Amino acid sequence: MASKSVKIRGKVKDGVAKVKVLISHPMETGTRRDADTGDLIPAKYIQEVVYSHNGKAVMTAYWGTSVSKNPYSAFTLKSATVGDMVGVSWSDNTGASGENEIPLK
Amino acid sequence: MEILPARRGFLKNLMAVGAMLVLPASLLAALVRPQAAFKADSATGSVQSLFGQDAVEAADKIRLKVPDIAENGAVVPVTVGTDLEGVESITIIIDNNPTPLSANFNLTDAVSAEVSTRVKMGKSSPVRAVVKAQGKVYYTTKEVKVTIGGCGG
Repeated sequence: MASKSVKIRGKVKDGVAKVKVLISHPMETGTRRDADTGDLIPAKYIQEVVYSHNGKAVMTAYWGTSVSKNPYSAFTLKSATVGDMVGVSWSDNTGASGENEIPLK
Repeated sequence: MEILPARRGFLKNLMAVGAMLVLPASLLAALVRPQAAFKADSATGSVQSLFGQDAVEAADKIRLKVPDIAENGAVVPVTVGTDLEGVESITIIIDNNPTPLSANFNLTDAVSAEVSTRVKMGKSSPVRAVVKAQGKVYYTTKEVKVTIGGCGG
């Protein structure tokens, strides 16, 4: 189930790979109120995302509450070939986490 | 900066525990989340907390792509790129958000110095892109007008 939370698309062109990542996550700030009850919705947001290339971490992102719901991020690998594995793993402030790894096309 | 040995040990332990909890060993990152910077309530406070120095304005060195007008403050696309050599990190700060620091990307040599993401904006604000390269910190800003805020309310 955890792996379903991350979608990765990576395409190699001229030895360079553009990688796009979509994580399904509510990114609750903790300041929003439930429309019916008026209670604060507890904060739940991704704090750390590690991007890897063939198992080696190439970028580490730290996020706050102001990254949009279902966060999108994109970056470029300077040197990659088709079939290289690209992975993303995230963890949020509640201890939840998810990861996925795909081969580059 | 001088760090007491005891404190360094504590940091190492903290990192080791954190890494075991959330990351597979293959992705072990030698970094810690800058918690204090995410608590800062001003853009300059975030920059000081992250880098221990003020950023130098360098609009010519940083490419910041944001919309002039964001119809929906909940989803504002931001792309930051630079041609600077030896880029260590790219940081996105929304000056007028309750928590100005939005995202802090720590790069390695394996990735190009350009990242994209989407951020929430409570109201119109300058968007600040901060790049750390070879120990120096640069920034540029662009005003984004928000018609519908993206922070609840």
